[in-house]
Amino acid sequence: MSIDKTTTTADAHVVENPEAAAGSDVAVDPRLLVREQGFAGYLTEFKRKLKAGDLGSIPVVLGLVVIWVIFQSLNSNFLTAGNLSDISVAMVGTGMIAVGIVFVLLLGEIDLSVGSVSGVAGATFAVLNVTNGMSEWTAFVLAILTGTAAGAIHGFVFAKIGVPAFAVTLAGLLFWNGFMLQILGENGTINLDSEGLVAKLTSYYFTDVAAAYGLATVVTAGFFLSSFLGNRRREAAGVPSQPLSDTILRTVLLAIVAFAVAAVYNQYKGLPLAVVIFIAVLLLTDFVLRRTSYGRKIFALGGSVEASRRAGINVEMVRISVFAIAGTFAAIGGLFIASKIASANQGAGGGDLLMNAIAAAVIGGTSLFGGRGRTWNALLGVLVIVSIQYGLALEGIASPVQYMITGGVLLATVVIDAITRRTQKTAGRA
Amino acid sequence: MIDVSATPVLALRGVSKRFGAVQALTDVELEVHAGEVVALVGDNGAGKSTLVKTIAGVHPIDEGVIVWDGKSVQINKPHDAQNLGIATVYQDLALCDNIDVVGNLYLGREIRKRGVLDEVEMERRSRELLQTLSIRIPSVRIPIASLSGGQRQTVAIARSMLGEPKLVILDEPTAALGVEQTAQVLDLVERLRERGHAVILISHNMADVKAVADKVAVLRLGRNNGVFEVKSTSQEEIISAITGATDNAVTRRAARTTGEIQK
Repeated sequence: MSIDKTTTTADAHVVENPEAAAGSDVAVDPRLLVREQGFAGYLTEFKRKLKAGDLGSIPVVLGLVVIWVIFQSLNSNFLTAGNLSDISVAMVGTGMIAVGIVFVLLLGEIDLSVGSVSGVAGATFAVLNVTNGMSEWTAFVLAILTGTAAGAIHGFVFAKIGVPAFAVTLAGLLFWNGFMLQILGENGTINLDSEGLVAKLTSYYFTDVAAAYGLATVVTAGFFLSSFLGNRRREAAGVPSQPLSDTILRTVLLAIVAFAVAAVYNQYKGLPLAVVIFIAVLLLTDFVLRRTSYGRKIFALGGSVEASRRAGINVEMVRISVFAIAGTFAAIGGLFIASKIASANQGAGGGDLLMNAIAAAVIGGTSLFGGRGRTWNALLGVLVIVSIQYGLALEGIASPVQYMITGGVLLATVVIDAITRRTQKTAGRA
Repeated sequence: MIDVSATPVLALRGVSKRFGAVQALTDVELEVHAGEVVALVGDNGAGKSTLVKTIAGVHPIDEGVIVWDGKSVQINKPHDAQNLGIATVYQDLALCDNIDVVGNLYLGREIRKRGVLDEVEMERRSRELLQTLSIRIPSVRIPIASLSGGQRQTVAIARSMLGEPKLVILDEPTAALGVEQTAQVLDLVERLRERGHAVILISHNMADVKAVADKVAVLRLGRNNGVFEVKSTSQEEIISAITGATDNAVTRRAARTTGEIQK
């Protein structure tokens, strides 16, 4: 019923409405959270956030800088264009799986099956395309849909029957691993066409210098335009908006990062296709989570299931769909991982893949308790993990030590998370 | 009382409700007019919550008639009640701690523009709504977790106002609130009345009832035990109606203490 009324007055925001703007200040307690304009405001806001423990991505970014500085001082080959480019391509597989994990973590649940499901996707593609001669695109789509179906089954058992997600997906972990071994058959390894669609996912580079710089320009301009237009609308509607100086500062920071990354890629093979796809996925999922009512429902469920139910949200459907999304991204990640080695083998989806994907989401700042996080967290987290892997590999340090160090980093992250949460609680912003 | 209309917004006639062997409500009568606050009081287990749930559509009634705006209606589902214009704010708040005030106000009925959340419009209207109800909160863009208990309660009530309901049911809105916060919520209840909403207020707190209610409907063991005009009724009369007798622990104690003072 309220929606009907929204359409009748929807044009009101276009009109400059100083009365509403002046009046709306009254509703907000003036003693609190008044933000000074411009850079001085930035500084006080930052100090307030620091005190309140509202650090956002700062600890991860700082951690990443520390890791890079350490490895660079150990081995001067670490911060070369080639190594950085390889890291960014290698991280996409785990990163895609971590994106799905972020969705599940936002509900306050966990999916332990994503590793096995990613292996199933690679094997399904290999069997359909190489063994059975199905066309690449059909096999590709079917492989991804296998992941969607697996996730939907987990979601169904969890949401409709009420089995804890942890237990359902633990069963899934074993089942899908067995399923993969079964369809791979006795050989155990199926090599993919090294010039084929899946192999190209990680081996294709846009060699034209203009591609990387063009993408950096588009991303920066897109960010500026959406912020600028959004702020103009807010001003017109008389709600608080970001000053132009803020928007410009943010755009400049983004431009520096974007063009630096583009320059690094252009020094090596060019802009990797895998990275373009990953960024597109991150933009899309971030949009879905923060700008659509579906995304709002996911956050609501992570906050309070009962409140969501009373607000008329179909809790079961959201849960099933989120697990289906996690399965889908696990499958996409599995195809990127198969692409990297150009084969589907029995070891796919095993080892530390699952832990790395979950760790990436958590290290990036997604809360383990639901309701807090962004898919961009997956990018930062996976960058940390893959940087450590590559750095240690450059040093010739074997995987046992890698595991221990990654475990230590994960522990440090959750400790920071717990301390942050405590500070936030005392500051009343948990 | 400001301009109470002749036809009650909601009238219950001889409503009964059974749960198995338990007769929760027996022949209950209740009337609420627009611009009127009716306090529903009674001891624990008197049937207050059951009565409210029958109106809100959580439990359909077994016998009796619900009259809405002079017409007999069926309320079988929460959705029926919402469609009629009945909003219920339950004791345990139905808010998500991690979502900001705007997001909570519009949860489940987001304003969309070409399929995308229209945050600007939702924020503008949230500010307007909070302002018309004179609700003071630090910012409409901070998570609910940052608000005090009283502020959360006012946000929960404001949320129920979005559908422009004719009748608002508040289930113990001041339980577990401090003095200042209780006053905020009571102020809000008065503003609801000024804006012409009918309000049913469930409360255990006689001070709150005396402060904002126009009428007090007393339930005892699932039956009506009197409807009183607040202005012309003493607290003792209401309490004796709640407990069911003039001779009970409460009055005995009162008599004893006044007796001691006289000595």
